[in-house]
Amino acid sequence: MAKEKKKTSQVVKYNKWGYIFLIPFIVVYLVFQMIPLFSTIYNSLFENYRQGLTQIGPNWVGLANFQKIFAGTGNDSMPTYFLNTMIMWIAGFVPQILLSLLLGAWFSDTRLRVKAAGFFKTVIYMPNLIMASAFAMLFFSLFSDAGPINSMLIQMGIISQPFKFLSHTVSARSLVAFMNCLMWFGNTTILLMAGMMGIDNSLFEAAQVDGATSTQVFFRITLPLLKPILIYVMITSLIGGLQMFDVPQILTNGEGNPMRTTMTMIMKLNKYLFSKDFGMAGAMSVILFIITGVLSVIVYKFSTKETDY
Amino acid sequence: MKKKLLSALLSVAMVSALLVGCGDTAAAPEAAPAATEATDDAAAPADDAAADDTTAAPAGNWVSSDDGKTLNIYCWNEEFKSRLTDHYPGYTEVDATHGTIGDVNVVWNITPSDDNAYQNNLDETLLGQMDAAADDKIDLFLLEADYALKYVDTEYTIPVSELGVTDADVADQYQYTKDVVTDSNGALKGVSWQGCPGVLIYNRAAATEVLGADDAETVQAAVKDWDTFKATAAKMKDAGYKMTATSNDAFRVFSNNVTSKWVENGAINIDANIKAWVDMSKEMVDAGETGTADLWSDDWSAGFYPEGKVFCYFGPAWLINFCMAADDAASIAAQGGWGATEGPQGFFWGGTWICGANGTDNASLVADIMKQLTCNPDIMTEIVKADDDFVNNKPAMDAMAVDASYSSNVYGGINPLPMYCAGVEKIDLSNLSNYDQGCNESFQAAMKEYFEGNATYEEALDLFYTSVTEKYPELTY
Amino acid sequence: MPSEEYNSVEGGFGIVARRVIAYIVLIIITVLCLFWFYLLIVNSTRSHAELSRGFTLLPSGSLYKNFDNVIHGTQPILRGMLNSFIVAGCCALFSTYFSAMTAYAIHVYDFKLKKAIFTFILAVMMIPTQVTALGFIKLIGNLRLDDSFLPLIIPSIAAPATFYYMKQYMESALPHAIVEAARIDGSPEFRTFNEISLPIMKPAIAVQLIFTFVTNWNNYFTPALVLHSENKKTLPILIAALRSADFLKFDMGQVYVTIALSIFPVVIVYLFLSRYIVTGVAVGSVKG
Repeated sequence: MAKEKKKTSQVVKYNKWGYIFLIPFIVVYLVFQMIPLFSTIYNSLFENYRQGLTQIGPNWVGLANFQKIFAGTGNDSMPTYFLNTMIMWIAGFVPQILLSLLLGAWFSDTRLRVKAAGFFKTVIYMPNLIMASAFAMLFFSLFSDAGPINSMLIQMGIISQPFKFLSHTVSARSLVAFMNCLMWFGNTTILLMAGMMGIDNSLFEAAQVDGATSTQVFFRITLPLLKPILIYVMITSLIGGLQMFDVPQILTNGEGNPMRTTMTMIMKLNKYLFSKDFGMAGAMSVILFIITGVLSVIVYKFSTKETDY
Repeated sequence: MKKKLLSALLSVAMVSALLVGCGDTAAAPEAAPAATEATDDAAAPADDAAADDTTAAPAGNWVSSDDGKTLNIYCWNEEFKSRLTDHYPGYTEVDATHGTIGDVNVVWNITPSDDNAYQNNLDETLLGQMDAAADDKIDLFLLEADYALKYVDTEYTIPVSELGVTDADVADQYQYTKDVVTDSNGALKGVSWQGCPGVLIYNRAAATEVLGADDAETVQAAVKDWDTFKATAAKMKDAGYKMTATSNDAFRVFSNNVTSKWVENGAINIDANIKAWVDMSKEMVDAGETGTADLWSDDWSAGFYPEGKVFCYFGPAWLINFCMAADDAASIAAQGGWGATEGPQGFFWGGTWICGANGTDNASLVADIMKQLTCNPDIMTEIVKADDDFVNNKPAMDAMAVDASYSSNVYGGINPLPMYCAGVEKIDLSNLSNYDQGCNESFQAAMKEYFEGNATYEEALDLFYTSVTEKYPELTY
Repeated sequence: MPSEEYNSVEGGFGIVARRVIAYIVLIIITVLCLFWFYLLIVNSTRSHAELSRGFTLLPSGSLYKNFDNVIHGTQPILRGMLNSFIVAGCCALFSTYFSAMTAYAIHVYDFKLKKAIFTFILAVMMIPTQVTALGFIKLIGNLRLDDSFLPLIIPSIAAPATFYYMKQYMESALPHAIVEAARIDGSPEFRTFNEISLPIMKPAIAVQLIFTFVTNWNNYFTPALVLHSENKKTLPILIAALRSADFLKFDMGQVYVTIALSIFPVVIVYLFLSRYIVTGVAVGSVKG
């Protein structure tokens, strides 16, 4: 990329436009995100909830809310909720990114010449158009005890009793991961393809003239040039994963069955918000904020280290 | 609400509905001054006190007047609206959310009960009630039994006697419907036009096949108490039937017959009868005599059809009339294949209570609506005939129970009212608490883990405690 | 591609096999993607009673009845559709345009706070929406923006994730040389952005337009916090209301018809915009 920085007055004159172009974002951000964020953090230091119609607090309690959250044990502890979230995210993200890369490679492979590629490219994003709630409703009835999946498996003689998909940790988590993967792999593929289209065609042509195989083209040219987009996909997906909520919420009726092994951090936060325990909800939010921040910084640092620009 | 479980299942972002109105009080300490600021136009000094101090207000601080031009009604669905439209003399409908009674405009504020949205909206409006402009004050709102005490035991609901509904007016109502809405000082705070006694609804074909006959006496003998019920379940299992579709079916019957409250002295308490439900359900689930699905799920409603192979459901009139797929020719209900009997214990399910809001400026109109819909036998009989409701009027229902001209198709042309009349007498609701709704839901969800073998009883109990204290931080265990 | 001929040595059987595998996988994926739409359509043709019996692959005959019930029901579905369209449309436009502008500022210009601001935006991208929900509601209460579309639309100007995508895309597709060439031609900065840089960003813009539109179209969380009056509610709120209708009116058939109805506009918008993605509109004039 253009590296040369001419330190002339001409350039400086242009550069004030940098600030000007940033004004809308910064102003809107400060008003609609920053103020609410600070008020949430402030809130986390108070005991503040509703007992029936009676407001308790706000009473200053310092870090007591945080202590209460970290005092949870067993299935009701922060590390558990964090692990639940990460396991379900990874289980969905790995197949998702592999599938997206594979599809991206196929679609951009000039030798493979996939017919009706336009159709396939259009179709893969479609699951994302359905509301997560509607999607989960369909999944729920598909995988219910008397649902079609169970009757199919019984007919095929694989099982004799209906399998309770949502009552076993592995199958419940897998369902969540599968749904997330299905909903988001099209999104990822489109992001990757848009990135691939940004790659100069002459590079591919040159490679082909030089006799590179499709695989070589993909790993030597496409992938490295896709790096910025891949990092983007990775980080946004991580953020999305940490915020995972609606799919497990609906699929497990908000309970995180079985025994809270599918309860994510946001689902736990939701429990406090739902009961109007705003002090605890605030504390939970702050913890989430810190976890997300730390993780994203790690991913970001890790993935930009080897990039030399 | 009957569909609570289903709607919870379907909800995307529970959080949001909840937050709808609660920003001001919720967000931060500085919200309090902001709230009072906002009310300058309508506020009087005393109102600030009422807004800030929601607990300790002396009982009997009742405010009501009669000069209002707008009647604001808060409810969660159209049921009450259609009752008022169809049966209240003088109500004229303007559009879906407006009507008139004489020169008073009626405004319907309908908020679905999904995700607690109704209660949240109601809470916020009630908290601002004293400061609201006359035309914005709530005059009348509806409650369900599960959370009635939360409102009844506050000064936001006005005793019906203050409005002009006397003890004599409500003398014919069933006692349990009054218990639900009587506050800790003994004042009656609301009235209901319906009674919802539950019965055991059984599959006649299964009864004939397994018990040899499908008449109510035979079946009642086989389910007369829980031990017999369990023994019958084993027989049903051998014949390929589940006794109940899910273990949760019987929960309500047990929880309506407890001898202690869910919360005693601020601590969560498991009543012996609740524990009895756990033990019976665990045995039945292990034996394959019942399932663990949630109420209103596909697995639950599968038994509405012959191939679902379910022997019985516990439910009130509305369940059988409207929820058991009577409009589908293939269903048991459409073929008149259900019978009903009292079952092991009496219970109730559902029902809607009308409350007057403290501060109403249409006191006598509210009182008249209460009297007409819940105390006037003519109107109430009309409701039974038009809407298949079981109404809250003992003499009227007793009379109809012996009226051969009234019958129900689902039961194959039998008049079910005698059984409901018998059932409703047995309902005892002296052990309701503010926490019933949350405790019942959490308990069923936690015990499901125990029934399915994912947890021991103790672990499931821990899960229950966790879940309840998330909902009610003030409780201990 | 003429270059194909040069390498046909490597092709032959291998390419055929790979092609077969590719088609099989693509067809499986297509089925997996479209199956849900089929299910929704089938379910919307079934009556509530039929739905409660469980699941089938065959459509039934209650589509019109369900549709009629929805249109004549108490929920203003058509109005809700219009509302959703306004909110999602404005959000998509604002979010993409201003994110591109923000990304442009960081990508093209060199100023003192650049690094700090970039890092800041990346950091805040990670804050979950739910975290600030409490404060957000209080804020719009204080601003008297309750029950209005504005608090739904305006915040979309500051969309860190969209910004980050634009920034990443610019890195691979918008060389500084283009901007400099425009300057030499005497183009003012704002015009360079609008008329030269934005067209180069077309694929990225189309992608983000779709994503933002769909996300906001299906968003229940924030609208449910903000909107209260009947004629302002968006589709997801109305669907939630339908699902919590009382037992007399409760009708899964209506719920499914409404969901199906609500999906159509998104599908149309998507199909319209997806042309930019799938046919590969020419990416920019000059390559860096």
